[in-house]
Amino acid sequence: MTNWVDACAADEIDQEDVVRFDHAGRTFAIYRSPDDEYFATDGLCTHEKIHLADGLVMDDIVECPKHNGRFSYKTGEARGAPVCINLKTYQVKVEGDRVMIGIGA
Amino acid sequence: MSGDTGIIIVGAGECGARAALSLRENGYRQAITLIGDEVHLPYERPPLSKQVLLDEAARPASIVLSDIMLAERAIRHVSGASASAIDTLGKQVILSNGRALSYDKLLLTTGATPRRLPNAPASSRILYLRTIDDALALRSHIRANMHVAVLGGGFIGLEVAASARSRGAKVTVIESQERILKRGVPEPIAETITALHRRNGVIVKCGVAVLGIEADERHVGISLSDGDKVSADVLIVGIGAQPRTELAVQAGIAVDNGIAVNERLETSAADIYAAGDCCSFPHPLYGGRRLRLEAWRNAQDQGILAAANLTGAARSYQAVPYFWSDQYDHTLQIAGLVDEGQLVVRRDLGDGAFILFHLDDEQRLVAASGVGPGNKIAKDIKLSEMLIAKRVIPPIEALAAEANLKSLLPRAA
Ligand SMILES: Cc1cc2nc3c(=O)[nH]c(=O)nc-3n(C[C@H](O)[C@H](O)[C@H](O)COP(=O)(O)OP(=O)(O)OC[C@H]3O[C@@H](n4cnc5c(N)ncnc54)[C@H](O)[C@@H]3O)c2cc1C
Ligand code: FES
Repeated sequence: MTNWVDACAADEIDQEDVVRFDHAGRTFAIYRSPDDEYFATDGLCTHEKIHLADGLVMDDIVECPKHNGRFSYKTGEARGAPVCINLKTYQVKVEGDRVMIGIGA
Repeated sequence: MSGDTGIIIVGAGECGARAALSLRENGYRQAITLIGDEVHLPYERPPLSKQVLLDEAARPASIVLSDIMLAERAIRHVSGASASAIDTLGKQVILSNGRALSYDKLLLTTGATPRRLPNAPASSRILYLRTIDDALALRSHIRANMHVAVLGGGFIGLEVAASARSRGAKVTVIESQERILKRGVPEPIAETITALHRRNGVIVKCGVAVLGIEADERHVGISLSDGDKVSADVLIVGIGAQPRTELAVQAGIAVDNGIAVNERLETSAADIYAAGDCCSFPHPLYGGRRLRLEAWRNAQDQGILAAANLTGAARSYQAVPYFWSDQYDHTLQIAGLVDEGQLVVRRDLGDGAFILFHLDDEQRLVAASGVGPGNKIAKDIKLSEMLIAKRVIPPIEALAAEANLKSLLPRAA
């Protein structure tokens, strides 16, 4: 069952950018694409657990601030050394001006 | 010679391991042999002066290539084996036990080794830091109330100082230059780092020469030119590193501050390439200036590029030099070559974090350096790196103000 959690205001995230969202002891990263779609992944890089919200978003890629490992934030796929483990992704919906993420039961 | 002797990589560090991985990712199907004189699986060195020293329980180091990855990719890892000679005509690598292995193509990623202190007495209390074994030996001396003396205010020395201090050791850093981080780091950043260490209780002594060292198996005494005598439980020496070129020299391969390669990472010998800390290469971004970098990302990127070229790509290495260091809760990052800059523009990011943009005489961005808590500076440094690569001449007001650097990037439509 999907548990929808209110994560942030839709305008809190700039276009082509990312913010951090902490919930129930977990950290997520929420992205807004250049064409205003929203996405969510686990918030910590799979290499050395650095916050991806400090990273750079370009097109559909987030680049880790520490060693520049790359992920597709849309699919979670690891796209560049040194990362080789994919990120988990989460469902996202926008209700009114709020971004909600679905993080499982 | 049989067609499947494949590729041999000498040096199973970051660069060699990355090259081996990349060869398989590129679809290379013949034999890959990775020869390393350390007995461990290929691991990353940056944690050796940080997490590994900070945490007794830390896993020894992060592994670049696990047993499973090696097996799945059919990469043969010959560990604990030193390559002692190359027969360039017969295309063979000779191991120190006399075994000879044939290659079609050879990649040298032999890395670097710490510069030794001349005239130092032999003592288990005088340590260097390059390998996981070095780090574990050092860790056993880092405890509350132990006195750790650090010789050299470069990155390795300062990271060790921060880690040791964070674990409650008493720490003294001794630097002969008038300031720490003299090479490649601008003064305001060095000042910030010095203040950070002093705030944390490290004694930082600059502009002092070492007159003499006495040591036994329990203690080290260092006499300094300012009349001071530092008495420590352990001395860690971080006075730079030298490229490991022995093998190349023996084989008659050209060496110039490292194994000399061209833009494609080819050495002067046919079918032999070199990459990572062991090589010097001409950088097209800086007018072909020959560089040798001791930086993790360079080792990784050159490993990946060498793998492409070993299988026929003929690409040239153009990546913007990049380096980071972590000390306490602070990170420093540098993209590009600071000493190519004439003009410096500063951007403050709050919480004491700042970036310096370095512009050349044509006002082209040639480097960006920054320091601050957490990863505050990371985005701007990353964007600067892209601006440097694209040879952008940015408007100075936009650099100083907090304009989003992304807007300065020429982007494909
Ligand atoms: C303690 C420490 C901390 C660091 N921290 C940072 C950091 O924070 N940021 C950063 O950017 N960089 C950092 N670096 C630098 C980075 O780790 C190096 O640039 C990188 O490891 C270079 O990779 P390499 O593969 O070229 O060489 P190495 O990692 O040195 O690997 C070379 C390997 O080849 C082996 N070898 C050499 N000769 C032979 C031979 N004849 N036969 C068989 N094997 C051989 C060596 O034993 C070694 O295992 C750090 C380095 C150290 C030591
Ligand atoms: S922590 Fe993200 S790439 Fe290393």
